[in-house]
Amino acid sequence: MGTFILRRILQMIPVILGATFLIYWMVFNLGDPTVGRCGERPCPDAYVAKMRAEYNLDDPLPVQYAKYMGKVVQGDLGTSFNGNDVAEELGNRWPTTVKLALIAIAVEAVIGIAAGVIAGIRRGKFIDSLVFVSTLVIISIPSFVLGSVAQMIFGLRLNWFPVTATAGTWQQLLLPGLVLGALSTAYVARLTRNSLVENLRADYVRTGKAKGLSRQRVVGVHALRNSMIPVITFIGADLGALMGGAIVTERIFNVQGIGGYIFHAINTKDGTAVVGTVTLLVLVFLVMNLLVDLLYGALDPRISHD
Amino acid sequence: MRGRTRLMAVAGMSAIAVIAAACGGGDGGGDTAGGGTDEPGKQGGEIVIRGCTPENPLVPGNTSETCGGDQVDAMTAKLVEYDTETAEPIMDLAESIETEDNQNFTVTLQQGRLFHDGTEVKAHNFVDAWNYTTAAKNGQAGSYFFGAIEGAAEISAEGAEGEEMSGLEVVDDYTFTIRTTEKVSNLPVRLGYSAFAPLPDAFFDDPEAFEENPIGAGPFKFVSKSTSEFVYEKFADYDGPSPAHVDKLTFRVYTDPKTAYTDTVAGNLDYTNEIPQEYLIGEAYKADLSDRALVKPTGRFAGIVFSPNDPQLKENLQLRQALSKAIDREQIAETIFNGTVTPAHGWAPDVVDGATDEACGEYCDFDPEGAKALYEESGGYDGTLTLTVNADGAHTEWATAVCNSIQNTLELECLMQTTPDFATFNKQIDAGEIQGMFRTGWQADYPSIENFLAPIYGTGADSNWSQYNNPDFDQKLTEAASAEGDDANALYQEAEAMLGEDLPTTPLWYPSTVVGWSDNVENVNINVFGVLDFSAISVK
Repeated sequence: MGTFILRRILQMIPVILGATFLIYWMVFNLGDPTVGRCGERPCPDAYVAKMRAEYNLDDPLPVQYAKYMGKVVQGDLGTSFNGNDVAEELGNRWPTTVKLALIAIAVEAVIGIAAGVIAGIRRGKFIDSLVFVSTLVIISIPSFVLGSVAQMIFGLRLNWFPVTATAGTWQQLLLPGLVLGALSTAYVARLTRNSLVENLRADYVRTGKAKGLSRQRVVGVHALRNSMIPVITFIGADLGALMGGAIVTERIFNVQGIGGYIFHAINTKDGTAVVGTVTLLVLVFLVMNLLVDLLYGALDPRISHD
Repeated sequence: MRGRTRLMAVAGMSAIAVIAAACGGGDGGGDTAGGGTDEPGKQGGEIVIRGCTPENPLVPGNTSETCGGDQVDAMTAKLVEYDTETAEPIMDLAESIETEDNQNFTVTLQQGRLFHDGTEVKAHNFVDAWNYTTAAKNGQAGSYFFGAIEGAAEISAEGAEGEEMSGLEVVDDYTFTIRTTEKVSNLPVRLGYSAFAPLPDAFFDDPEAFEENPIGAGPFKFVSKSTSEFVYEKFADYDGPSPAHVDKLTFRVYTDPKTAYTDTVAGNLDYTNEIPQEYLIGEAYKADLSDRALVKPTGRFAGIVFSPNDPQLKENLQLRQALSKAIDREQIAETIFNGTVTPAHGWAPDVVDGATDEACGEYCDFDPEGAKALYEESGGYDGTLTLTVNADGAHTEWATAVCNSIQNTLELECLMQTTPDFATFNKQIDAGEIQGMFRTGWQADYPSIENFLAPIYGTGADSNWSQYNNPDFDQKLTEAASAEGDDANALYQEAEAMLGEDLPTTPLWYPSTVVGWSDNVENVNINVFGVLDFSAISVK
């Protein structure tokens, strides 16, 4: 197990270097960040010169990147164009994004798995069809429609939820969290259902039944545990993605999270902010994947990391 | 585009009870609001308005976009400010600005005006600030506003080490002089731009601390900032013409104008500076806000440049005239913009001083037959005519409509093209890569017709995208700059008329600003730049 973790951590290093270099190259090399910052007129030469010097834009790309990474390794993510410390900004926004992600994950884990299990056990019955149809509806609606409509109905008209979540409290984030988790909830329900249906036909279930185990034990412990492997993979990957912020949902509900930050930074060509945030996201994603892999071992003894 | 949206407006709006409010009320004589019959604004209270994340630190001379510009406006006082309704300059920090030859100006300051840190505003605060902003070594975005001052060119050239302009001199604590390289009769009008705000000594002691905690001399004092909010409070010792009504002013960051609008309808946000396009259709916003919205013409211009790199267009005046006549501005203003733009007949919106909006004459009227006749006479255009716009600025719809209008009228194939963003657009123009036609836009830096002519059509001017080069035009501008008042304006109008003859660009329309507010506030008005009158707004 220890060797496995160590090997995985070592594998992360080239992934991080590669990903950040690609992003750095795209952000700083494909468009000149100093152009178009002064409205309909060109920026003063001195302003451009100062900016180029500050962000090492006149060095060859690998040198720029090395200088940047040198600072990142020391924990300095740099200063964005509007003078804010990127690390500090991420520190302020991170908790909101994590809260939002946790609400969404909770929704998809609880509702999604429950719906999937019920549908799976009662395969072919009315409830199975109901889950099938309702998940189909959710999957087919784009998230910005879902978000806008939910905001309009539950926030503005019915007043059940706050309209926006600027302050980022749990209460404010409930509705955005539900919207954000809705799509994945549908996928989780379907995954759980199909995986359970398949496992219920497996030999070990028949054996369990034959030796007189209760239905509860057969389904609840044996079949369900094995059915959870693809579901956990999905939820784990999803949590990694949600930690990166949800640009659409954050925009609709004015959530001040990572997604909105990245969106704004890309729009204003704020390269330092983009690269800093993406570096962090890559890290989060890799860690989440590692955790998911470790969970496999716990769920299925046949998978071993030794 | 993302330049400053500021504007002066002659209110074409009648249904909305807008009170001119504190601006222009008193003359620095303390608290004028609340007393007068036509100034019913209540004192005190807190409001939350829509803001966005500034692109630069909140230093007046380094702020070149609206997000930071709005906040800097609320926070700083300048030598003059502009009347919200008429855009007339009103003395603010200045007691007087005097000149005999339009080249040497003597500025006398009011005594006793304070910065938020309690220090008095003195002459050196202006001179130091202006020198700092102009000097190349400080790399400030606002440096070009000082270009008219003697010595600016020397210290703003790239790599220059100089720190002081020879044209600025402190006489005593409350007096300084400005000398310009050439006659600039409208200099006093320009001085209300936020780049001309004075900076306190604290800035020069520690610029980085200032960026964290900006200090001005305006009606609102900076309190704190966070990821989502910028908080200001009423500056208790403010003694200028526009004292604040509310005690606390919060700019809350909204990424999406639609969300800000929804929150305004819900009463969670008191003012939003933009009503999204989808709510403008059929005036749908009136159902949500009833009379709590305002559509006001602003000091902005939108037009089309005939590419100077396209020989067919550059050398064929009749063709340009035909194209200009083939655009149905009225219809596009109605169907695409739902009436939130005013079709243009000149190069400067008539809300700015001196503008008449008639220089384009018949060439800005839609006239299919006339256009067709001119087009045939001109010999036509070979190949497909393109109209290039940047895709990041909501231009594609109207550009398609303009192309359709040309295509239907002249039976000339016209194709809308996009660049991914404004930066790329800008770059391609600089590199002379765009053929056919491309869009242009301008927003007033200060409310004068001159601002719509000199920086855009003067030979060699920074923003002269059409590469217009007309010695007579330049000569007219120079003459106008040494004349005063109506005489100057008449000369500027003559210069503008030359654009009508030469059509280096064709005007399209003047965009309005559309704002909305909640039920909690009143006395909401926007100035000629489209910016809220922060001092006048009050709670109900």
